[in-house]
Amino acid sequence: MTAPDAVPRLRRGVKAAYDPTRESHVVLFPEGVLVLNETAAAVVGLCDGRTSVQGIAARLAEEFDGVRADDVAELVDRLVARRVVDVDG
Amino acid sequence: MGEAPQADAPFGLLAELTHRCPLRCGYCSNPVDLVGRGDELDTARWCAVFDQARALGVLQVHLSGGEPLARKDLPELVAHAAGLGCYVNLVTSGLGLTPERLAALRGVDHVQLSVQDADEAGANLIAGVRAFEPKLRAAEAVRAAGLPLTVNVVLHRLNVDHVDALVALAERMGADRLELANTQYYGWALRNRAALLPTREQVARAGEAVEAARSRSGMEIVYVVADHHEAHPKPCMHGWGARQLTVTPDGDVLPCPAAGVIDGLGVENVRDRPLAEIWHSSPAFTAYRGFDWMREPCRSCARREVDFGGCRCQAFQLTGDAAATDPVCTLSPHRGVVDRILAGAADAPVEHRAVVR
Ligand SMILES: C[S@@+](CC[C@H](N)C(=O)[O-])C[C@H]1O[C@@H](n2cnc3c(N)ncnc32)[C@H](O)[C@@H]1O
Ligand code: SF4
Ligand code: SF4
Repeated sequence: MTAPDAVPRLRRGVKAAYDPTRESHVVLFPEGVLVLNETAAAVVGLCDGRTSVQGIAARLAEEFDGVRADDVAELVDRLVARRVVDVDG
Repeated sequence: MGEAPQADAPFGLLAELTHRCPLRCGYCSNPVDLVGRGDELDTARWCAVFDQARALGVLQVHLSGGEPLARKDLPELVAHAAGLGCYVNLVTSGLGLTPERLAALRGVDHVQLSVQDADEAGANLIAGVRAFEPKLRAAEAVRAAGLPLTVNVVLHRLNVDHVDALVALAERMGADRLELANTQYYGWALRNRAALLPTREQVARAGEAVEAARSRSGMEIVYVVADHHEAHPKPCMHGWGARQLTVTPDGDVLPCPAAGVIDGLGVENVRDRPLAEIWHSSPAFTAYRGFDWMREPCRSCARREVDFGGCRCQAFQLTGDAAATDPVCTLSPHRGVVDRILAGAADAPVEHRAVVR
């Protein structure tokens, strides 16, 4: 699993956007489209190449209840597998 | 007849802007009946198609053809699709993609560049023109513009042994991704099928070469298997009329780029009806949407959610019945057709695609 001090960022060619027709946040990339739920959208928004997994969890905890670094790491894993996110460190 | 299955909104639009192309690839999946320039949708019509597609839910626009750069209005079309918030993927042979031309295409998010073979002689042979060098320069222009680059290679009997060299070429071109896609037998490729089909040994070696390349290359390598050599068919898109639609140069709206081959499908045109209506209720889209149309052996098969019974177009081409199980499937009563096709593969000249103006 992605380490707590790892720093994720969106890969080159990946765009985060809001889709008014689906009323959802989405990520757009060469192979397709991911429709994000609220938490995933918040995580993607913080995959900025500066904030660590731990840092993302801490930021999210200000907004949502019961956010654990493990959950963020697991979500980042899935985004890495879909080639939406790269991880440094 | 029950209600037509309710459709979700599509994510992707494949806009075949034109069939015109400077190359004449013998494996080209474009239909044998190519649309001429005089019948192409004009700029305003394409922009309206993009508007309607976005309103319907499309977020990704693939500008393809033919060669999209053959359209003088490409900069306007790119800008329009990008302005709607769509992810714009330019699918190109790279001929004519100079730094100046690319700079004018503001709004392109990603470039997919096709390469015919790992060396100049092989590439020129299958493309029917000298197209190798310009592609290297096109790749350079894409990199210089900072755009992500996918190199796409269609594999067949004449180049499938060159996987290692193709990987090295794509790395040299600076590709982020390499797509090695075995030929799908539609259009001109169907016509040249016997000469394009690889042997079983070639397919096995290519698979191993791809595995080895994946473990040593930093590049993402996508491999599309040779489906005639498989025991189960390739999945139909993500299901018929489920996630993507294609608009042909003259405005026909298809569930997939090959679907024009199916007789009596009830294809409708953007000149006659709004795109959303066509997506939701045109017979071409409802015919094979969902699972109700399936017969045995697919109807009760556990794999039907995985492969959707295979390709309707291939079922039609090989059995005359678009609702049949794709004969690539070993559970199909028609699998013998595919085995006979494989047995008929031979070293033979490949006919070049026709030129259309
Ligand atoms: C029809 S081409 C049009 C765009 C452009 N002329 C090009 O070749 O890149 C669209 C994509 O389909 C691929 N292609 C063409 N014929 C094919 C076939 N028979 N099977 C699989 N892919 C094919 C091309 O390599 C290209 O990536
Ligand atoms: S596959 Fe070749 S011939 Fe067909 S449109 Fe692309 S470049 Fe042209
Ligand atoms: S029987 Fe139909 S659903 Fe089952 S594997 Fe074959 S094609 Fe796919």
